[in-house]
Amino acid sequence: MDEALIQRIQNNPKFRELEHKKTSLSWLLSIAMLVIYYGLILMIAFSPKTLGTPLAAGSVTTIGIPLGLLVIVSAFVLTGIYVRRANTEFDKLNAELIEETRQ
Amino acid sequence: MIQRLSTRLALAGTALCASLPSWASGAIEGPVKQRDLNWHAIIMFVLFVAFTLGITYWAARRTRSAKDFYAAGGGITGFQNGLAIAGDYMSAASFLGISALVMGSGYDGLIYSIGFLVGWPLITFLVAERLRNLGKYTFADVASYRLSQTPVRCFAAVGTLVTVLLYLIAQMVGAGKLIQLLFGMSYSSAVLIVGVLMVMYVTFGGMLATTWVQIIKAVLLLCGATFMAFMVLAATGFSFETMFATAVATHPKGIAIMSPGGLVSNPIDAISLGVGLMFGTAGLPHILMRFFTVKDAKEARKSVFYATGFIGYFYILTFIIGFGAIMMVLGKPEFTETIMKDGKPLTQLIGGANMAAVHLANAVGGDFFLGFISAVAFATILAVVSGLTLSGASAVSHDLYANVFARGRADEAHEIRVSKMATLALGVLAILLGIAFEKQNVAFMVGLAFSIAASANFPVLFMSMFWKGLTTRGAVIGGSAGLICAILMIVLGPTVWVKVLGNAAAIFPYDNPSIFSMPLAFIVTWLVSTLDKSESAQREKALFLPQFIRSMTGIGAEGAAKH
Repeated sequence: MDEALIQRIQNNPKFRELEHKKTSLSWLLSIAMLVIYYGLILMIAFSPKTLGTPLAAGSVTTIGIPLGLLVIVSAFVLTGIYVRRANTEFDKLNAELIEETRQ
Repeated sequence: MIQRLSTRLALAGTALCASLPSWASGAIEGPVKQRDLNWHAIIMFVLFVAFTLGITYWAARRTRSAKDFYAAGGGITGFQNGLAIAGDYMSAASFLGISALVMGSGYDGLIYSIGFLVGWPLITFLVAERLRNLGKYTFADVASYRLSQTPVRCFAAVGTLVTVLLYLIAQMVGAGKLIQLLFGMSYSSAVLIVGVLMVMYVTFGGMLATTWVQIIKAVLLLCGATFMAFMVLAATGFSFETMFATAVATHPKGIAIMSPGGLVSNPIDAISLGVGLMFGTAGLPHILMRFFTVKDAKEARKSVFYATGFIGYFYILTFIIGFGAIMMVLGKPEFTETIMKDGKPLTQLIGGANMAAVHLANAVGGDFFLGFISAVAFATILAVVSGLTLSGASAVSHDLYANVFARGRADEAHEIRVSKMATLALGVLAILLGIAFEKQNVAFMVGLAFSIAASANFPVLFMSMFWKGLTTRGAVIGGSAGLICAILMIVLGPTVWVKVLGNAAAIFPYDNPSIFSMPLAFIVTWLVSTLDKSESAQREKALFLPQFIRSMTGIGAEGAAKH
């Protein structure tokens, strides 16, 4: 990459838009995953009884089971959200940016 | 078959009591007695080997350039790579170990599975596409992108080799014991077969063969596990409530298996384990290398998405399988034996607790299916060690030889030759270490590999991509601090200092160092980089912008090879 191309890309508003959108989505989803996972870990560490509460009166299934499965599903869903947006919206923006800055 | 199993098998000391789970290392701990030859398993395994060697032959003819050898020419699709990544991650140890953990303590098993999964979304959001856009064959390509090649590549190669070797020892020892149990071969012949086959796959077929071996194994394992989970659910009329109720009624711990128990009782250890599992995944060299096998950032993203799906699904299956084992295996006389341990009789599962899934295979599918699951377990080990070896060999040939020793002027043919020699050397080393560690407790080794990946590889890789201020000095000193700290804390901690070395009390109180060693690496890296006022440091900081643009847009990234 030469100096001029770097300048052109850096000054193109689409690059700033791409950077902003991609970075904020990555961090937002990362934080969501961290909160979900460490939320569960902290519950296990400090309040295991909560997770052991029966789902309904008389049932053996505890709240912890669906919550745990939910964490697994959320990992998949969050990844899906990111990949979907990145592979459509961000890649389109990226292609436009490359087109505009090419000479 | 059951009769033979019960009379021939004996295993001591399999308790999953360490807070570093023993399943995480090898599948089996402690001495194992050889059993009769299991012909169903052997025939199915021979079929697997014949088929994968055929693939290796096919791959060998397509593997010419360095890009073919290290990255399968960049022509793997996102879906295929997703399966291969899942295959790398679903080791025999995690299949047998997590189901055994669920059988032993119920809910706690689920906690471990979740820890192993949640690293993947972070890899998707922060690592995968940037890695693909910046690198060529190894993660050191990315870490050293704008830094001084020699020191950073040396550091990354050490980080890679240490992680790979620890992982490899654990797999080899686990393989030897597992195969001894399942197939009735001797320990050393099992280790030898694994070593020879993995060297053949890697040297002849490179990444292309390794990837396909991984994909085939992942599909077999997913199918086998799906069948078992289906049979378990069918037995309970497809009601989770019935399954849990039956399990609670059967299990000696009763209702306690439905909530978190003693395995993760200490909050610091629980959090530290979580940190190690989550960020360690993003620093495992054989996993990171997989992102260079796809053609662009889009496929790299897709591959983690599929991988996350497959791995999540697999862990849900192992959870069901574990509960199935409580219902159909635990306490059943045909699956239990009484052995003498420390002079006292001990009633346990034949072959030890980690055999839960194997006995369940027998219970739901008879001898034939037991043979199938045994063969899949062997195939799994083979595939995982191949991936590890290829990644270790690349660190030697691509990082140390081509970029440090030959300063980037080595020709491709030479580099590939060095890589093949390194593979052979690693294969021999793995066999020797596998035999040397037969009687050792290697339970801590995978945990250590994850901690080092989280404390040395991940911080340097992450900072190189996200922080402008990183300098060569900061990366090498900070990464080394994380590496040394992780090793020291594990050696001085309860797992090694007390359980392996036999001292009375641990000097470092926790089993899992990552919560300390990873932040230490980040802080030292930041501090040293900030204080680094050298001219080269200024230059390296200025090079961040072009790197950042390439990582975001993919301009200048490695494309796929044209065939």
